Amino acid sequence: MTLKDADRSAALREAVTAAVGAQRPLAIHGGGTRRGLMAVTGDGFDVLDVGGHRGIVAFEPSELVVTARAGTLLSELEAVVAAAGQCLPFDPPRFGPASTLGGAVASGLAGPARPWQGAVRDAVLGITLLDGRGGIGRFGGQVMKNVAGYDVARLNVGAMGSLGVLLDVSLRLLPSPMTSVTRVLELGLGQAFGRMARLGRRPLPITAMAWETGTLRVRLAGSEAGVAAAVASVGGEPCPDGEDYWVGLRDRQLPNFEGDGPLWRLSVPATAPQPDLSANWLLDWGGAQRWCWTDDAPERVFQAASELGGHAMRLVPGVQRAPLPPAQLRLQQRIKAVFDPSGLFNPGVLYPGQY
Amino acid sequence: MDRETLAARLREILPAADVVDDEEALRPYAGDALTAYRQQPRVVVLPRSIEQVQRVMALCSAEGVPVVARGAGTGLSGGALPHEAGVLLVLARMKRILQLDPVGRTARLEPGVRNLAISEAAAPHGLYYAPDPSSQIACSIGGNVAENSGGVHCLKYGLTVHNLLGVKLVTVDGELLELGGSALDSPGLDLLALITGSEGLLGVVVEVTVRLLPVAASVQVLLAAFDSVAAAGAAVSAVISRGILPAGMEMMDRLAIEAAEDFIGAGYPRDAAAILLCELDGEPEEVAAQVARVTELLRAAGAGDIRVASDPAERARLWAGRKAAFPAVGRIAPDYYCMDGTIPRRHLAQVLTGIGELSEEFGLAVANVFHAGDGNLHPLILYDANQAGQLQRAEDFGARILELCVAVGGTITGEHGVGIEKIDQMCVQFTAVELERFHGLKAAFDPAGLLNPGKAVPTLARCAELGGMHVHAGELPHPELERF
Repeated sequence: MTLKDADRSAALREAVTAAVGAQRPLAIHGGGTRRGLMAVTGDGFDVLDVGGHRGIVAFEPSELVVTARAGTLLSELEAVVAAAGQCLPFDPPRFGPASTLGGAVASGLAGPARPWQGAVRDAVLGITLLDGRGGIGRFGGQVMKNVAGYDVARLNVGAMGSLGVLLDVSLRLLPSPMTSVTRVLELGLGQAFGRMARLGRRPLPITAMAWETGTLRVRLAGSEAGVAAAVASVGGEPCPDGEDYWVGLRDRQLPNFEGDGPLWRLSVPATAPQPDLSANWLLDWGGAQRWCWTDDAPERVFQAASELGGHAMRLVPGVQRAPLPPAQLRLQQRIKAVFDPSGLFNPGVLYPGQY
Repeated sequence: MDRETLAARLREILPAADVVDDEEALRPYAGDALTAYRQQPRVVVLPRSIEQVQRVMALCSAEGVPVVARGAGTGLSGGALPHEAGVLLVLARMKRILQLDPVGRTARLEPGVRNLAISEAAAPHGLYYAPDPSSQIACSIGGNVAENSGGVHCLKYGLTVHNLLGVKLVTVDGELLELGGSALDSPGLDLLALITGSEGLLGVVVEVTVRLLPVAASVQVLLAAFDSVAAAGAAVSAVISRGILPAGMEMMDRLAIEAAEDFIGAGYPRDAAAILLCELDGEPEEVAAQVARVTELLRAAGAGDIRVASDPAERARLWAGRKAAFPAVGRIAPDYYCMDGTIPRRHLAQVLTGIGELSEEFGLAVANVFHAGDGNLHPLILYDANQAGQLQRAEDFGARILELCVAVGGTITGEHGVGIEKIDQMCVQFTAVELERFHGLKAAFDPAGLLNPGKAVPTLARCAELGGMHVHAGELPHPELERF
């Protein structure tokens, strides 16, 4: 490691207190790999660099729990838990070697195993938060079962830093599977939907299912014996570059993601039919997360996702989120104000002009 | 508002029979399963539709009447204890399963649907609902959401929050919000997570969508006996750190074993200081491999007798002892008081030793049952309410146990909730800054503080009055322990 572990919470708190005094907005910066997703709007803001606040605070392999400072590199955190045979259940995207734990938790993005191993928030047990009143609070804890107080820890997952600066995070880990194989099945979309639904109803050790033009890939992970038995149930052919595919899908590095045509993410019920859009599709999460390349108007995409009981977000060119019903927007603004009354943290990161 | 006027106004919204204001008829609603606390509500209402709930909330909001929502009333922390001047909103009649989608593997439910009824309805499709609190035969899904209920399979399958897709919530002023839905996430801040476990202080849950899981093809249960609780605790760590995630991992100490044996004769070894029950589930090949591996690890960790249930009947018998542990303990003492702290498992031996010492100090026996996989400890303090001072002693003893849990980096409640019972211990676990944010969140949803007032989050004044209890990290008992 070239960087030194350091507890910079006192300095960060000073910087936040100064910003509150000057009423100057702050853009929270970790590794800078999620800037596109966490774009701060307006000008006249300062950058608050959390990257130096790093290091693993505690790791207890027998408890399946790790606590680390937010600036810790994902790569370093992963290496430490992997050495004990464990992994981050949500397998966050790495958009570059500088990706940090804080960015991964604040953005709340999970990899292809999400439907089977849980979302980022499912693995978050506790956080320490530096908020816009200059207060530092510890919410949640380092144990799996904990129902004392409101769940402020999970509220901050995916909040894009809008409620405060994450100082450290306690995560629940999973044992790494002993083996993992990917099977490829040549199936059209209709058949793939049927197959995914059938496989999903059996207790198979599936950790990923994705479909693109004529090809369904299924990843199975667990013990040698369990995976071998599941392979027989799933059928298909072996996929030699399986793991590369899942990493490419997770990090949006597959060829489909190249180019600058409009890219949308639809989050819908896994078994929902395909919306009526002129688009190219890649279905991840067994159909629950659908990548969509379309020139259709944003209103039309939002509407289509909403009709299926889900929501859409445009990622390229520029993030655009599904509008919230007015009552919810007002409630979310009030919650923002509890932690950040002056609206200083990452202004506009969720809903530009609103909070 | 006096009872008569309030009841009359409510009868403009609901049929007369669904509004209860008769002294005699109100009595069954005076508390939940934490029986030491009783309080008659002013009026009980039994709505049958979301619209009725909305109108009741709008009325109460306009008139400044407190509202306490209640499901089946099985809660253990007094969360559904009525308010003397308030309406008790009983959701038990809204108990329809609105939709069960076996292909999408979800169920949409009214809040009064019983936990077990979900799995029963899903069973013909080979599916089930994972969280299984011990009260699952009676407790309702709305209450499960309010308390973020757990059960014995949380280590592998999570709590309620991990198994929810969406909730419809009626706000204090009667507005209907949809949080989440049937997709895996929703835009903006994650209010679904915030609502889960909020103990009825932020809104009224009127509809719940849960995910269903496929029933495991194979389930095996192992019983292992140990000559010390420390050895049993170390065995749990050995299994988990070797990459095995049991569906359930339960521990009982000697007094709990004896009580269970006397009660139902589950076949537990009476000479053991502690037993572990370990349930493994999955595909048959996977489970067979795990049983062999776990047996090896338990043996290496010092287990004496190890038994694998050979058939479903024996498996049921082994679980029956654990599931009957509370009533079994109820037979050996006139009353017991169940605690619910969670600790990082590595501190188990130390915490149990501490509990043993406190037991001597207070002169009350304690039996321990433990969700060992996830660190959730249920000490059962034995006392006799008819002996002057014993209830108070049991409560003081319990409070000290919870302080011990916090001191080792744990929490005062793993799955039962804070309610009215543990409100003072909140002052031990949280600082003034943290409690202020909780009050801020409460005000964002319910500015007048009408929903379940006086529960879950203590006022700063209350904590200040407790004086010595409000101590910060490092000044807690057991300063020698690391905390982070």
